[in-house]
Formats: sequence, structure tokens, C-alpha cells
Amino acid sequence: MDISVDQTLDCSGLSCPMPIIKTKKAIDGMQIGQVLKMIATDPGSVPDIEAWTARTGHELLGHEEEGAQFIFYIEKTK
Amino acid sequence: MSENQATRLAIIAGHGTLDSAYPPLILATTAAAMDMEAAIFFTFYGLEIIKKGNADKLQVAPIANPAMPMPVPNIIGMLPGMTAIATDMMNNWMEKANVAKLSDLLNMAVELDIKLIACQMTMDVMNVKKEELIDGVDVGGAATFLEFASHNAITLSF
Repeated sequence: MDISVDQTLDCSGLSCPMPIIKTKKAIDGMQIGQVLKMIATDPGSVPDIEAWTARTGHELLGHEEEGAQFIFYIEKTK
Repeated sequence: MSENQATRLAIIAGHGTLDSAYPPLILATTAAAMDMEAAIFFTFYGLEIIKKGNADKLQVAPIANPAMPMPVPNIIGMLPGMTAIATDMMNNWMEKANVAKLSDLLNMAVELDIKLIACQMTMDVMNVKKEELIDGVDVGGAATFLEFASHNAITLSF
């Protein structure tokens, strides 16, 4: 995916709820409009990140799978 | 038509076994990560979770627990040492699956400003002093919990 990324967060090997908690911390430390690339290996993180972005209002620009990794592109909207 | 989404998560933690301590902490930390206000009210055996140094020592007994992934006949489960074995097994599975330790989840809960409330009445009944509890815990009663839970909250009990 061709999205310019401002920060990368690697949550490989971490299980629920850690990917979500770390994503929130990372987004909190970023500026509005910046994009976070989050990498996770927990399959549960796919519906979890979708639920998290729906709930918090930040935008999930897209997500892809690369082998055992799930990669998410999240834009901080507020 | 606008949806009235809950803004709070209120949890009552009344049990102190290893398997009952996880749901309150995982749900509360996730709720806080989703910008919800969360509070956990620790009452009765739930106090064991917030005693200093105790969270990682909680146990799970195989006796009368037919849902354990490795079911143990009760007559075996009651033998001395079986609770320690079942607890070790469960802790190993948690570690293999990379699930955070209870003490780490508690630290995160304090960091995320989750209200941890220790039941005053239970402390009196079981003779537990505030100094025995981890930092970051407030003491309160049923009314404290109910006040929090009365404002647009999801309320759960474990």
C-alpha cells in the first residue's frame, strides 16, 4: 500500500489487549493528520482495530496481510 | 436517529482466582484504550487481585472445574499439589500465547487512569488494611460504584 507513514508501531507477538493499548498510546503522542503504521501478528487485531477506529473516530486508511503479519494504516483525526 | 453509545464501563470483580481476574482487567484496559471511562470495583475475593504482590500469585483449582482445557477427575483434583499444577499449566499457556501478566495489566490500568475501587465493607470483614493494597487504589462502598455505573455505563460482573 502506498501511504506515507509518520510512525511505525510493531506489536508483533503481542496478544489482546496489548495491540489496542499500544496503538492508543502511539496515536495519543502524534499530531492530527499523521499516519501510524501498526504491525501485529494477533489475528484478533483485525476486527479489534476496526472496532477501535469506529469507536475513537480515527481513520483506518487500509490494512493488508504480509505472511503472518497484519499491517494497519491509521490516521489520527482528532 | 442517533445511537446513544455507552461512555463508561463499570465492572464488579468479586472473585480472586486466576481465571476470574483476567476478564475485568482485559476489558477495563481495552475500554480505556477505546476512550471509555472505566472503573473496577473489587469486592469479596476480588480484593486478592489488588493486594500488593498478589496478582501474579493467583491460582486456579482443577477440582469441580470441568471446563478446564485438561479436565481432571475431582478425585484427583483434590489431591495436595493439584491446584499448584493446574495454576502452573494455565500460567504457561498464558505465557505461550503472549498474554500480559496480571501485574502488568494492573500497572497499565493505573497508567490509563482506570478507577480501581476497593470495597470498604469487604476490607472490614476480611481485615484488610489500605497499606496491603497496591498503589492507585481508592476505597469506596456500593454507593461509589453505583454512582459511577449510573451514567451511561456498560456494567459487568465477574
